[in-house]
Amino acid sequence: MDFSYSDEQQMLQDSVQKFVYSQYDFDTRRKIIKTDTGFSAEYWSLFAELGWLTVPFKEEDGGFGGSAVDLMVVMEEFGKGMVVEPFLATAVLGGGLISELGSAAQKEAMLSAVMEGSLQLATAYAEPDSRYNLASVGTSAKKDGASYVINGNKVLVLNGPAANKLLVVARTSGEKFDRDGISVFVVDASASGISKREYTAVDGHRAAEVQFNDVKVSADSLLGAEGKALTALERVIDRAALAVSAEAVGAMDCLLKKTVEYTKTRKQFGVAIGTFQALQHRMSEMFIECQLARSIVIMAAMKLDTTASDAEKAKAVAAAKARVGRAMRKVGQESVQLHGGIACTDELDVGHYFKRVTTIENLFGNTDYQLVRYASL
Amino acid sequence: MNADFTAEELKFQKEVQDFLKAEFPQDIKHKVDNGIRLEKDDFVRWQKILYKKGWVAPNWPVEYGGTGWTPTQKYIFAMEMGLYGAMEPVAFGVKMVAPVIYSYGNEEQKKRFLPDILASNVWWCQGYSEPNSGSDLASLKTTAVRDGDHYVVNGTKTWTTLGQYADWIFCLVRTDSTAKKQEGISFLLIDMKTPGIKVSPIYLLDDEPEVNEVHFDNVRVPVENLIGEENQGWTYAKVLLTHERTNIAQVPNSKLKLRKLRDLAANTPDGFGGSLLNNTVFARKLAEVEIQVLALEYAELRTLAAVSVGKAPGPESSILKVVGTEATQFIDELYMEVAAYHSLPHIPEQFAEGFDGDRVGKGSLANSSNVYFNNRKKSIYGGSNEIQKNIISKAVLGL
Ligand SMILES: Cc1cc2nc3c(=O)[nH]c(=O)nc-3n(C[C@H](O)[C@H](O)[C@H](O)COP(=O)(O)OP(=O)(O)OC[C@H]3O[C@@H](n4cnc5c(N)ncnc54)[C@H](O)[C@@H]3O)c2cc1C
Repeated sequence: MDFSYSDEQQMLQDSVQKFVYSQYDFDTRRKIIKTDTGFSAEYWSLFAELGWLTVPFKEEDGGFGGSAVDLMVVMEEFGKGMVVEPFLATAVLGGGLISELGSAAQKEAMLSAVMEGSLQLATAYAEPDSRYNLASVGTSAKKDGASYVINGNKVLVLNGPAANKLLVVARTSGEKFDRDGISVFVVDASASGISKREYTAVDGHRAAEVQFNDVKVSADSLLGAEGKALTALERVIDRAALAVSAEAVGAMDCLLKKTVEYTKTRKQFGVAIGTFQALQHRMSEMFIECQLARSIVIMAAMKLDTTASDAEKAKAVAAAKARVGRAMRKVGQESVQLHGGIACTDELDVGHYFKRVTTIENLFGNTDYQLVRYASL
Repeated sequence: MNADFTAEELKFQKEVQDFLKAEFPQDIKHKVDNGIRLEKDDFVRWQKILYKKGWVAPNWPVEYGGTGWTPTQKYIFAMEMGLYGAMEPVAFGVKMVAPVIYSYGNEEQKKRFLPDILASNVWWCQGYSEPNSGSDLASLKTTAVRDGDHYVVNGTKTWTTLGQYADWIFCLVRTDSTAKKQEGISFLLIDMKTPGIKVSPIYLLDDEPEVNEVHFDNVRVPVENLIGEENQGWTYAKVLLTHERTNIAQVPNSKLKLRKLRDLAANTPDGFGGSLLNNTVFARKLAEVEIQVLALEYAELRTLAAVSVGKAPGPESSILKVVGTEATQFIDELYMEVAAYHSLPHIPEQFAEGFDGDRVGKGSLANSSNVYFNNRKKSIYGGSNEIQKNIISKAVLGL
């Protein structure tokens, strides 16, 4: 048994950590969020140059290896800086689907562009009524000669505003909730019939609601076999769930550290508030939550890197996301409470970490959803 | 032992219900029901309607404009208002400064300030907290130095809620720096238009400038604006705190929110063909908080019953603050859970007056993350929940 990082992983961690530490302070992030695109194109190129965009991909796809532990290493450091660049949307979700389902030609055409930083992706899977059930797909793709015609509404399309291509999950046969009949199409973001309502989310990330109104795509935009995309989609969403859980571990470590530091310096009643035992125990509990969250994320990442069955992997991710969800709620709320009024403001970074972890809780299956899923697996 | 209303009380309840239906403005009701932000004018307009009816200040003595109601009537009134979604008058004037003025002010001050508070002609804000004096309020450093028939005020107040709209601010200021910290504090009323006052907004987690920093730079305040005696301000402020605690449990509001939540959950698909309300994991949590609010309601009723036989609300009211704020915050979590990812868009324009388009996110739920973020304040202000627990352990348990 050995929980230490390999030399390569250590180098990866060092390089992301160094970037976040020296180039991604809170003010820089704030400025980036306020720009038109909501992320830094310059940093995106840097990510490509440093090879980080290859991390989620297998060697055979031209990537760094695609191990979940590697992904965890990167995401944890991103979590510390609350990095808003669309790594998750483009490389983990969109890139993940192409890697899972794409033909050699499709991979060739798109994955190298993703890894070079020249292609932005977004995945349109969630629907207004689907909640977290990936099989609940009402959007339809009807065959029409050599093309498909897509109709439907998608929500929570992360990176929707900047994406050049959208990976659209649509039903080619069957009824809503059927596991069979779900397909993925690669659609140009500028295709006619697409309308977007773009927004900045509470955590500063960009997303969109996307409407597909008789959007015509050619048959070669189908990714993988018709009607057989669901299990691949589930694997990709689980990988994303693991990725954001690792991000949360980084964010929570920052929250804990900042809270401990603050209570050592903030004085009330003539003493540092950190001397009050009532608060000391609360911080001890936060520490415990951080440790358990880290532990279960490591467990799940290692499981994804084995040859275990899909069901075992899914169960491990469900466990991690559910447990980290509980930790996020507690660590997030306690950090704000122990800071007092100052953490209720937009000015302090603590509130922004709190908002990010809250958002993570709402993504890719919230705590209750994952608990029920765990119990059923 | 019984908790039933008498025939008289039931009649009164009906009267309140009829009044609300007839008089609470439709446009304000529409905003409340749809989660649209309320503006200053909404509060003023509604309070003026209550004023015409004589129902602004149930807790004031009758001679100054109180209603003369029994504690049960006050309870009924607060409950019906809350359940209907009608706002209580903004607390700073009616609930906070007025009781100090009618208890400790002179006749001149009562005449000058109370009628305008009742009629909502003047908007007040509270200037207690300072950057370095939050929980330890008595350590405050803003000074008021006597110069002829003026005090010269210097210092910084912070977290001043809605201070941007205020005509007046009531402040705790230090008039004696040599005395023990609680003993050198005075209660001073200050006109916000006085030269030397600067108000700067503080944006909260939902990006709204709800609170402010208020800077005082050689602000000259006439001595006649001092309430009571110099250096007695702390005593007055403590009395005020007990008034502030009435309805601190926010039971009516929580009940209304729970009722709406139940409806929303019934109409929210669980993603598997059923509704969220049928989902046992969710239903269980909803039941838990409903039960908590019910227990809280009866705890409050017991406090009310004690007050009605002449006992002052004691330190037990700390229970109401702790449990009341935690219940509200937990309800906010459940709203966010019902909304799931529909709570993520941050589009304040969707919740501004006049917006009647189709919201990104889902209806009023689209704002549920922001409401959750914003309401973290509730366990921090008004004496943080940790401070309330300190009070319980010292004053109630004798530890
Ligand atoms: C949105 C908002 C609106 C507000 N509006 C107003 C207003 O209109 N007017 C006004 O005057 N003030 C207002 N306040 C200020 C509010 O009363 C203070 O924030 C509150 O008193 C806490 O002070 P603090 O923020 O400085 O936190 P601190 O006092 O620094 O406390 C930080 C943490 O330490 C804990 N703590 C402190 N002392 C102890 C102790 N002895 N034992 C255990 N734990 C302790 C606290 O509970 C908290 O968790 C507002 C605050 C907020 C957030």
